[in-house]
Amino acid sequence: MKITLKVWRQANKDAAGSMVTYQLDDVSEDTSFLEMLDMLNEQLTAKNEEPVAFDYDCREGICGMCGIVINGSPHGRYESSVATTTCQLHMRSFSDGDVIEVEPWRTGAFPVIKDLVVDRSAFDRIIQAGGFISVNTGSAPEAHSTPAPKRQADRAFDVATCIGCGACVAACPNGSGMLFTSAKITHLANLPQGQPERRLRVKAMIAAHDANGFGGCQNIGECASVCPKEIPLESIGQLNRDLIASLFRGDGKTA
Amino acid sequence: MASTSLSVHQEAIRSTVVKKVVMALTGLVLIAFLLMHMFGNLKIFIGQSEYNHYAHWLKGDLLYPILPQGWFIWIFRLVLLTCLVLHIYCMAVLWAASLHGRGARYVRTRRKEQTLSARFMRWLGILVGTLLLLHLLMFTVGWVTTGYTFNAEDPYSMFVGAFSQWWVVLIYAIFVGAVCMHVRHGFWSAFTTLGANVGTGARNVLNALAYFVAALLFVGFILPPVAVLIGMVS
Repeated sequence: MKITLKVWRQANKDAAGSMVTYQLDDVSEDTSFLEMLDMLNEQLTAKNEEPVAFDYDCREGICGMCGIVINGSPHGRYESSVATTTCQLHMRSFSDGDVIEVEPWRTGAFPVIKDLVVDRSAFDRIIQAGGFISVNTGSAPEAHSTPAPKRQADRAFDVATCIGCGACVAACPNGSGMLFTSAKITHLANLPQGQPERRLRVKAMIAAHDANGFGGCQNIGECASVCPKEIPLESIGQLNRDLIASLFRGDGKTA
Repeated sequence: MASTSLSVHQEAIRSTVVKKVVMALTGLVLIAFLLMHMFGNLKIFIGQSEYNHYAHWLKGDLLYPILPQGWFIWIFRLVLLTCLVLHIYCMAVLWAASLHGRGARYVRTRRKEQTLSARFMRWLGILVGTLLLLHLLMFTVGWVTTGYTFNAEDPYSMFVGAFSQWWVVLIYAIFVGAVCMHVRHGFWSAFTTLGANVGTGARNVLNALAYFVAALLFVGFILPPVAVLIGMVS
């Protein structure tokens, strides 16, 4: 395959960036998108040019490190019915001669560090604000002493698959981190272990969400439609219900 | 991470989610008002004395003698105005947060889910607000009149006089169209913000209801002016 790439190049956080065009010949349709970028970087290195910086780690769709906007859609999924991360997207999804535009997540909370790499530590700060759950150390308790209803356990596990890649924020017209935050809230709200700190957690995580420069949710649904782990939009409903209910309780009233 | 000295509880109360809840509740009050207003307008089909009597009862006799005559309408207006002010205030704060949250623009964006109403929600709101001002100036205050002389005792004649002109009907259709698009996304969004979106089924029901309420409002509001225009009501 012959591919024309238009890649966002930005030397550092403060530099102005621009789209730069590269040609790639002999791209196999079996290569993954990141391997295709590796090919490009080998050629750039051979020509003594700066390679394109991009994030990746596991390359099997479970770590959440890779994440770029491909042809205007986070992780390049767009209309495909198959949820995917960038590393699991393969060149067979494209056609010979295609022009592919590659951009970093663009959102206020995730500043660009270099080229396609963004700083997603705002997510870490939301997680930190969530705090701990009360589990005693020492010998493991008898599992049957804490029943977890099947339906709630399933919901908890489904949203616990969130890998924190940030595609939801990248897709949101408001740059809202609500789907990510609600996945964490829904995860612990449905498990018995999450109950003691449930109200304090939702208050603290929303406060951290807003304080870290994310926008508000408009219930549009772009986030859930690009999520590689298919976190459902109703998770945000759970967060809203939990927050509204928590406001009538005293948790977190002392500073 | 906040550098303020607010407690977590206070930060939660000031959060975007709570502002959205305020927008949802005030928005639903305004939708309820629209449904009532729409239903009242349909009385134009019964006749001049019926319509004027209804308007007179609304402004003077409603809830009398619980309240003194003429009090209800002012309490009602105060409630609506409070809702409107809260709705606009929260919108402004959230819009500012969104502009910051969105950051730099993409070179290319392809959206999948966003409807026209959702995309232009805020601009539709501004359009509705502007045309609402004109609407009040025409039929409540009487500073702008066209095709009729202002007479609060005879709203039927004002109605017929104004909407006998095609361009007034056209502006009104734009007004009502914008209102209904705003209500279409707003109705779904309000219930979702209040936590009613519990799954795919609920999402479909809320969206269907949103389309139904928006369509009902559009048809109900546009029928009387069109009837006047084509001479069915005169």
